[in-house]
Amino acid sequence: MRINCPLCGTRDRREFTYYGDAVYANRPAEGAPIEAWDDYLHLRDNPAGETRDLWYHELGCSAWIEVTRNTVTHEISATRLLTDRKKPAKRGKKT
Amino acid sequence: MPSLIEKTACDGLLPVTEAGMTLSECVPLRITSVAPLAGKDRAFGAALKAMGLGWPKPGQSLANGEAKTVWSGRDQAFLIGVTPDGLDDLAAMTDQSDGWARMRLEGPGTEAVLARLVPLDLRATAFPVGSAARTGLNHMMMVLCRTEDAAFEIMVFRSMAASAVHELHHAMKAIAARTAAL
Repeated sequence: MRINCPLCGTRDRREFTYYGDAVYANRPAEGAPIEAWDDYLHLRDNPAGETRDLWYHELGCSAWIEVTRNTVTHEISATRLLTDRKKPAKRGKKT
Repeated sequence: MPSLIEKTACDGLLPVTEAGMTLSECVPLRITSVAPLAGKDRAFGAALKAMGLGWPKPGQSLANGEAKTVWSGRDQAFLIGVTPDGLDDLAAMTDQSDGWARMRLEGPGTEAVLARLVPLDLRATAFPVGSAARTGLNHMMMVLCRTEDAAFEIMVFRSMAASAVHELHHAMKAIAARTAAL
């Protein structure tokens, strides 16, 4: 499996570390209700289809990357730097 | 004060030669990690240009004699072989000279040696002279540059110098044995 790092280009999966669902990056605001923290820490969707994950380019450029992949087809449809999240997702290379 | 012996990272380990390929330690040079301060990218790039270098794009290394800049991550690069005077207002800098082991692997077959350890396409068409990559040397983090057609510069954390030399020498011996058997 290969993942397209927006900085380094297409790299081997061994260079990356999987962190989890991309909602980890959406930390509740200070003073958020306990339910929001419970949701943030423990509750995850389990979609049959498109999902977003956080990957860390550990053995590469140390960038945090948001990977959009399909749990049914295993296709990776897009990758982007976590810092670019507010911009629309750029279509990445198909693996 | 105890009297300490100054040693380079690969002291006593290098050079090694196998079948015309040589792995040697690079001359120790000042290594500075540089990251432009907010809004200072252009001014810092111009300051590097004035040194005959420049700000490297991802995957790039710009050299001027022994001095060079090597891309090392998002908004971050290594400045090697230059004393970064007068740059304090332009970039956040850290002296990492003693933190790295820098090695040079040269000779015919070096691509084949690295192919055993590095998960990248290092053929000259995909990784020409002036290319730089942060990638893995087996399980170690590495900064790799192609400095010549048949010469690569390898940087690993100093604490991993012996492991890196072991891995590279082992691969060199394997390639040398294959070449001899053909």
